[in-house]
Amino acid sequence: MVAASTPAPFTVTLRVWRQAGPGQSGAFVDYVAKDLNPDMSFLEMLDVVNDELTLKGEEPIAFAHDCREGICGTCSLVIDGKPHGPHRGVASCQTYMRSFKNGDLIVIEPYRVRAFPVIKDLVTDRTAFDSIQQAGGFITARTGAAPDANAIPVAKGVADLAMDAAQCIGCGACAAACKNASAMLFVAAKVSHLGLMPQGQPERDRRVLAMVQTMDGLGFGSCTNQYECSAACPKLISHDFISRLNRDYVKASFRTALETVAADGGGEG
Amino acid sequence: MAKLESKIPPGPLADKWRKHKLDMKLVNPANKRKYEVIVVGAGLAGSSAAATLAELGYKVKNFVFHDSPRRAHSIAAQGGINAAKNYQNDGDSVYRLFYDTIKGGDYRSREANVHRLAEVSVNIIDQCAAQGVPFAREYGGLLANRSFGGAQVSRTFYARGQTGQQLLLGAYSALSRMVGAGAVELHTQSEMLDLVVVDGHAKGIVVRNLLTGEITRHSADAVVLATGGYGNVFNLSTYARGSNTTAIWRAYKRGACFANPCFTQIHPTCIPVTGDYQSKLTLMSESLRNDGRIWVPKRAEDRRKDPAAIAEADRDYYLERMYPAFGNLCPRDIASRAAKRVCDEGRGVGETGLGVYLDFSEAIGRLGEPAVRERYGNLFDIYHEITNENAYQVPMRIFPAVHYTMGGLWVDYNLMSNVPGLFVLGEANFSDHGANRLGASALMQGLADGYFVIPYTIGDYLATQKPGSRPSAEGAEFKAAEASVRAMTDRLLAIKGKEPVSHYHKRLGRIMWDYCGMARTREGLERALVELPALREEFWRNVHVPGSAATLNQSLERAARVADFIELGELMCLDALKREESCGGHFREEHQYPDGECKRDDVDFAHVAAWEFAGAGQAPVRNAEPLVYESVKMSVRNYK
Repeated sequence: MVAASTPAPFTVTLRVWRQAGPGQSGAFVDYVAKDLNPDMSFLEMLDVVNDELTLKGEEPIAFAHDCREGICGTCSLVIDGKPHGPHRGVASCQTYMRSFKNGDLIVIEPYRVRAFPVIKDLVTDRTAFDSIQQAGGFITARTGAAPDANAIPVAKGVADLAMDAAQCIGCGACAAACKNASAMLFVAAKVSHLGLMPQGQPERDRRVLAMVQTMDGLGFGSCTNQYECSAACPKLISHDFISRLNRDYVKASFRTALETVAADGGGEG
Repeated sequence: MAKLESKIPPGPLADKWRKHKLDMKLVNPANKRKYEVIVVGAGLAGSSAAATLAELGYKVKNFVFHDSPRRAHSIAAQGGINAAKNYQNDGDSVYRLFYDTIKGGDYRSREANVHRLAEVSVNIIDQCAAQGVPFAREYGGLLANRSFGGAQVSRTFYARGQTGQQLLLGAYSALSRMVGAGAVELHTQSEMLDLVVVDGHAKGIVVRNLLTGEITRHSADAVVLATGGYGNVFNLSTYARGSNTTAIWRAYKRGACFANPCFTQIHPTCIPVTGDYQSKLTLMSESLRNDGRIWVPKRAEDRRKDPAAIAEADRDYYLERMYPAFGNLCPRDIASRAAKRVCDEGRGVGETGLGVYLDFSEAIGRLGEPAVRERYGNLFDIYHEITNENAYQVPMRIFPAVHYTMGGLWVDYNLMSNVPGLFVLGEANFSDHGANRLGASALMQGLADGYFVIPYTIGDYLATQKPGSRPSAEGAEFKAAEASVRAMTDRLLAIKGKEPVSHYHKRLGRIMWDYCGMARTREGLERALVELPALREEFWRNVHVPGSAATLNQSLERAARVADFIELGELMCLDALKREESCGGHFREEHQYPDGECKRDDVDFAHVAAWEFAGAGQAPVRNAEPLVYESVKMSVRNYK
């Protein structure tokens, strides 16, 4: 198969959320995007629309993006009601115009999550995820204090499962897809990755309690096991990790409670 | 003329770093908290440096233009990280990694820096494993390795095709821990727009908050730049759209020398360009060359045929033919030039004729499709998303694309620039890769600089600065720097011309690719040096930047970055013109052997060219730091 012949250009209508700033009221505005090539990425289509707006003297549509290869987690569009658009397992930036056809109306919105307030147009503030990470999403390993990397073997299956969780890109689509705006899949991915690795055991209880507590404090909703999060995840991170998070959380809560009892009733025996 | 003292420690190569660590001054623990260090950037180098300096007790302020440190473009590195662990028992050693890197860089890097890099490479793997980085493992639980270009041992550690992501998330977790502990003050969405120099020392920066437009001044005892490379000067590249030169370019204009700006890496295996609207090129990891075979048809008339219909005897596996010892795993500059050559001969494939095949049929026959999927599945998926083609059934089409810049701000052995107090780490400096970087060595260098070099060397500088002596951010130099930032912003918004910023970025990219890309000539570079000033003049007269400076304004951000890129482009072309030799990624057509290989000139050009800003409108000054080889004999690179 050699490259296909030049495809016919086509036209779509975009219905885009425009909002001038945080806390301001926004509205949908329609734009016609013409002369599109099916090999264009969705974001390249927006680039073209933005250049046209600029030349017309209008303000271009603000949208977050950076790597444009599906790994940095910056892009965060809700396309026709779906975070990251129509396809499973890809980010907005990896959505191509060949997924749409001439005459389509495409609705583009920002994430609608209380913990991710809109900054402008399609850009939202996701620092809440950084706050959760800062609360406990790490293994304490001072630089320079590490033993030889092969001193602690890790079974291949465990490393592979940890990697399945670790590939979360922190985009927030899980919370945007959830009717409760829950961040459970994000937290579950990090708790599972670190909790699976032998290096992560000493802080396992503390980590899960701190991360869940911070998540709750930031205004994310609760998980009611609908699994929209996994379906929207550009890395297809499994909702099984949420079960693992729940188990870890319950165990850690019990163990911490028991430690408190022991400390209260203790004394030197 | 700038004073360029490399400060390479005396003594035998293998003892230099160990001895230097003992010789450097220390800052006592109680004094460390009296020093403030600004770290700009949070990729591998920036986040590892910020975390480690905070662990040591320094007060750290970390500035990133992204919305989170985890977004830095190190995240996109696919293939792996080199380390001289010799876990495979295949004859690797610190010396061999050092030698491969020096040779891979075509003898244009410093021996002492590269040897230190090879030494600390083993500590990096230990550190990352301790952080819980889920490296690929063998069934026995030990770490797995694969091979990368320019080496005949398997020393590359990896986490599927997302090694950069996992290493960055490791460094980000260490940074997050220190932010949570209050030891690092994190400023996201904050772009450095100027360096402040007080009495000849770097003592602060001026920053624009990208959300509110607020401009603030920050003083410190030392400034660390870890802001990455400048490959987006070509517009189309494998870099993230936001990657830019602004921090190091503004530092250059405040006196820091810019070394070997023309040394850029064109990566051989990227997905070819399809149209004018294109915003970015996507890499297909070099690791694919472990199992994929690169070829084009032997005859130009076959180039539009279905590849499956081209008989084995009619295919030219040109890398295997030209470089039998390294085959498909020859270094990147060599593989890229070879691809250009076969396409120039009219044998390139695909719609544009600018492509070669990367074919997995042999590997699928040998290993089975599941094994190939296990190794490279995510890369095949990316390829499918972009091209709509199934690479398990048809060969990938690939073409070289801009991927990395070996040049950067000049630094001494301590990673300090010629402006005292200004340290530069990772891709933003020039130090370790010479004229060509080997695969899986960028992650190694970023983390080496951040985890294991700067924590020692910054103390040697800070110990000379009295605790509490840092200047106030209310000083005249700070206010002047802020005024110049405001003036540039106002000027950009006031032009209200007829073309969007992207128009100028695309034109800049075309000039750079045509004249300062894979092959360069005197004539072409001279033409670029006429076209670029004209482009700069037109940009400042005719660009249209909409909106205001008081809100999120992505057009304004990009306009300032493109303005810097246009200036940098001129310096790159000037550097390429003055370097009358070919070496690594710098290929001057006038300087080649009859077989098309690079012809180095070790008599006149065995040096680092460190360019010094001489004022707007003035020709920059070219300083030279001689490269002295004590351990390795400079020779013609041979991968045959």
